[in-house]
Amino acid sequence: MTRERDRGAGEVLCLGIESTAHTFGASVASSRGEILSDIKEVYRPPMGSGIHPREAAQHHSKIAPKVVREALRAAGKSPEDVDAIAYSKGPGLGPVLRVGATIARAISARYSKPLIPIHHAIAHIEIGLLTTGLRNPLVVLVSGGHTTVAFFSKGKWRVFGETEDITLGNLLDAFGREAGIPHPAGPNIEGIASKGRKLIELPYIVKGNDVSYSGLLTAAVKKIPDSKLPDLCYSLQEVAFSMIVEVSERAVAQLEREELLLTGGVSANRRLREMFAKMMSERGGRSEAVDPKYSGDSGAQIAWTGALAFSSGVSERLGDSKVLPRWRLDEVEIPWRRG
Amino acid sequence: MAKGMTLLKKGAEANLYLGEWYGMKAVYKVRVRKGYRIPQLDKRIREERTAREASMLHEVKLLGVPTPSVYSVDIRSKTIVLEFIEGIRMKEALEFRGPKALPLFEIGECVGRMHSNGIIHGDLTTSNIMLMEGGGIALMDFGLSFRSSDEEDMGTDLLILKRALGSLHHERARAVLEKIMKGYRSIIEFADDVVEKMLEVERRGRYFSER
Repeated sequence: MTRERDRGAGEVLCLGIESTAHTFGASVASSRGEILSDIKEVYRPPMGSGIHPREAAQHHSKIAPKVVREALRAAGKSPEDVDAIAYSKGPGLGPVLRVGATIARAISARYSKPLIPIHHAIAHIEIGLLTTGLRNPLVVLVSGGHTTVAFFSKGKWRVFGETEDITLGNLLDAFGREAGIPHPAGPNIEGIASKGRKLIELPYIVKGNDVSYSGLLTAAVKKIPDSKLPDLCYSLQEVAFSMIVEVSERAVAQLEREELLLTGGVSANRRLREMFAKMMSERGGRSEAVDPKYSGDSGAQIAWTGALAFSSGVSERLGDSKVLPRWRLDEVEIPWRRG
Repeated sequence: MAKGMTLLKKGAEANLYLGEWYGMKAVYKVRVRKGYRIPQLDKRIREERTAREASMLHEVKLLGVPTPSVYSVDIRSKTIVLEFIEGIRMKEALEFRGPKALPLFEIGECVGRMHSNGIIHGDLTTSNIMLMEGGGIALMDFGLSFRSSDEEDMGTDLLILKRALGSLHHERARAVLEKIMKGYRSIIEFADDVVEKMLEVERRGRYFSER
């Protein structure tokens, strides 16, 4: 009861459930921007193979109840205490999305709490804005599911540029698998690359505001047998990262922004952060990256975005809670943000 | 090379300076060093783009697509000296004059002429299309251009233009693109295939939901 009285007027608590890919996460967040808990379990595919949607879904359904209970317990809340249940409605892998949606629906129905549909990429952006305090930055979202340069305009996030084929996360994961680098490939490639010195020639493909990483992947994989792995990892990072920084700089110049937010799983890479910081400082602006605690997929991003969405009246009926595996960022109305 | 000249524009990859070249008003386009790229990669990219842009500007002009004349190229300083074109960018023209006043058909024709000769612009945004003071248009900024007769590359070129319209001025985008495509169709017989490829590339962008 004391906890209830501590709550400010209009403050809401949201339970968030993330389930789009490898990670199943749950978290409780308040509309004041406090992350009260953030619990996750990650499905690890067998060495040398990618994510198998059905196996990931089986993994997630096994650990889901435990993760959700743990998130509530760590926040010191019961299901009755929370005001809304948010879940990642998409985009992501269908079978995996359905695990999160199913448990969210069950809790929503059992405790009569509104159900809040959240777009996974928007949640990456919101948790980035929360942890950096940036207000109206150009957003660069780099993860396994997205490589997108976006800006906010007229009630929606608009895509300025993106990958034409695979994402930066896909590139690193697939290269890692081919080179026998253990999962998670990104951080391991970063570590190996730090010992590389020699630049190996690889294709640098920028098409207008978009990047294309599939040709780079093919070329890099071909060079595995004849190259020193540190040099190849170093070259792969330098080329791939320079490409996304270049299109982001184009966006900053055209849209005349002074701030940039780097978010998503790959934003944990220190070399990438350094490159964005350098690019923005050379233009007299600044680049901030999401708190590394929340760069990868987490329940926290969904809980916090859920709290924002619920506070501005977003919710859905149980009957509408179908997952959207290919939901696009620029289709989502954002009533809680101006500009 | 560009010291003491007036900075016209600090773009994403190059600085444009206003200067003179043998008594003629000229633009010095200098590709500046990018601190975020390692020097070796940075040098390679800037040299490739400087050389490619100079040769493409010239080649495209011979196809009847107006471009600024290239007065001089210096790979070492990554500088191209260009004819100064009096006019405004399509980006501002759309904003201040509205689409009615623009030669949209002619823009489509120019893009069509390049494509029919196997040249892809690579950065076909509304900032790179100039409306000349005396009428007519000019295409600029060929730093990302390349040679290809692949319909998919042509489609991607159009997609960039579509995106530039869509992200900067949502309301009028569709009408403007339709008029441009009329001009494009007058040159390219297989325009429908290119448009189909454009939509395909757009759909391939991750998470494009089927509507």
